[in-house]
Amino acid sequence: MADVKKISKKKPRAHIRETKGNKVFDVVNVILMTLFALIIIIPMWNVVISSFAGKNAGTFVFWPKELSIANYIQVFSDNGIWQSMFISVAKTVVGVVFHLFLCSIVAYALSKRDLKGRKLYSAMGIITMFFSGGMIPTYLLIKSLGLLNSFWVYILPAMFSYYDMVILMNFFRDIPDSLEESAKIDGASDWRVFFSIIVPLSKPALATIGLFHGVWQWNDFMTTKLYVTNEALYPLQMRLYDIIVQAQAAASNGLNAQISIATTSKGVQLATIVVTMIPILVLYPFLQKYFVTGTMLGAVKE
Amino acid sequence: MKLRKHQKRPLGVRIVDWGKSWGRQWQLQTMVLPGIISMIIFNFIPIYGLSLAFRSYSVTSTMASAPWVGLENFKIILKDKYFWESVQNTIGISAIKLTIEFFLPIIIAIMIFELKWSPFKKLVQTITYLPHFLSWIILGGMLITWLSSNGMLNQILNMIGIATKDNHILNANSYWSIASLSDVWKEAGWGTILYLATMSKIDPTYYEAAEMDGASKLRQIWSITIPEMSTIISLNLILSVSGLFNSNLDQTLVLMNSQNQPKAEVINSYVYRVGLTQGDFSYATAVGLGVSIISVVLLIITNTVTKKLNDNQSVL
Repeated sequence: MADVKKISKKKPRAHIRETKGNKVFDVVNVILMTLFALIIIIPMWNVVISSFAGKNAGTFVFWPKELSIANYIQVFSDNGIWQSMFISVAKTVVGVVFHLFLCSIVAYALSKRDLKGRKLYSAMGIITMFFSGGMIPTYLLIKSLGLLNSFWVYILPAMFSYYDMVILMNFFRDIPDSLEESAKIDGASDWRVFFSIIVPLSKPALATIGLFHGVWQWNDFMTTKLYVTNEALYPLQMRLYDIIVQAQAAASNGLNAQISIATTSKGVQLATIVVTMIPILVLYPFLQKYFVTGTMLGAVKE
Repeated sequence: MKLRKHQKRPLGVRIVDWGKSWGRQWQLQTMVLPGIISMIIFNFIPIYGLSLAFRSYSVTSTMASAPWVGLENFKIILKDKYFWESVQNTIGISAIKLTIEFFLPIIIAIMIFELKWSPFKKLVQTITYLPHFLSWIILGGMLITWLSSNGMLNQILNMIGIATKDNHILNANSYWSIASLSDVWKEAGWGTILYLATMSKIDPTYYEAAEMDGASKLRQIWSITIPEMSTIISLNLILSVSGLFNSNLDQTLVLMNSQNQPKAEVINSYVYRVGLTQGDFSYATAVGLGVSIISVVLLIITNTVTKKLNDNQSVL
């Protein structure tokens, strides 16, 4: 992180003499990068503004004929969406807390190089990174654990991640031992040292892992699709999926026969998309701060 | 020296010693324990469950009690027309996607790195990383809107004089491009992050020296930036090639419909359909296992090849 900042603050290095070729390069570069950014931002703008376009949703590129919040009124008048929002928030918050707690206590113990059995534990973890049982064996396991249609299916299987644990472990190793030793001399136990010294010093690392796991929890719909059939436990993503797939099925069958199936209007679909997206957009500025730490810690230090 | 002495002591003493130091570390050991239990339950039991591929599972049996049938399930795969269709679609979509997603982020990263005005640089990064954080459900819903008969794509096509009213998502022949390009749209910006981090570590004096010698921008990129990134480029190459058989289940489940299914069904969605919808657990496990084995073989092959190219150093 520090390195990146240093370089970006560095004065442009072409202080000798701008050649003509370099100027052309710079101009072309700025134009192409502007285009690239527009290709990303225009379609998203189109969806967001469409959700405010009442019945005209999705029939223009930049600006609708009229703006209205009718679609949102309809979205929020459905009790199901409030239930789903509650589930989404609950699974994200509970998921992050459990994930951080479990990964960080394991990381603290494994950051001690004299821990007995450390090699065995690491070997087990590395195996889990390269091999997995896949969809069907995992489904049968979840079923036999009685986790089908349970809120805990969102939390327990995702609770531990060896990859996230390694990131935290590397961070803990950089904390000077002297801090812990003085606490140990005063008679503090390992748990005590962990909670009162390690955790407060590791806020940036914990925030990185917590944010990335939170985004994953919020976005995850596969867990619901595979293991949950009870609508009361549907998070927003799953509700949105149902709306989209129903409308799609109607559209593709409608080609063959003129059957009318009651589906959600385009405007309401788009408003639901925006509602589902908002938490990510709100978290995004915070996430951005941890982009580089998050990816570099895991990828390079291993 | 110390180590050798330690090994010479009788086994019993060593076990007692080990137990004693474990005892001293009991607090740390209790911290590891929940993680180990979690890995055993949620990772190792499903790995054991892969044995289902060689068994015949029925509703009345359990994972361990189902009778062994050897390679029976794999023999059926060879004759399964729908499976091979899904393999074709998987490879088709992956090949387009991985080729673009291998080259494009390298180019974009270099271009972002060369931007001089840092607020603009930040803005470009902020915008282009964003789609990575949206779920496939959100992006799928957006795509369906953009591609619908009145959607943004047709509006733009009409503006430049191509009159069309097609709903593109229902057109099976466009599906491969839709699936792969939408993935590029989502991930191309995020794909630059490791390259940018690597480039920021290149010694700036290299560029200064090159500039003194009159090397052009493109020349500097070709002779300094790219060689300095070779490790991370080879790593991405290995991951790309071994990902040829990977398919995106989230994306497929949201974009697939009855019209485009012949071109949209990929291996993962086939496993999902046969296993969980039709309940043929053993067969679906065999399909999944077969595909993972092929992926591992691809990983080993590309690793060997890139190792040769990289002066016998493995990047994995």
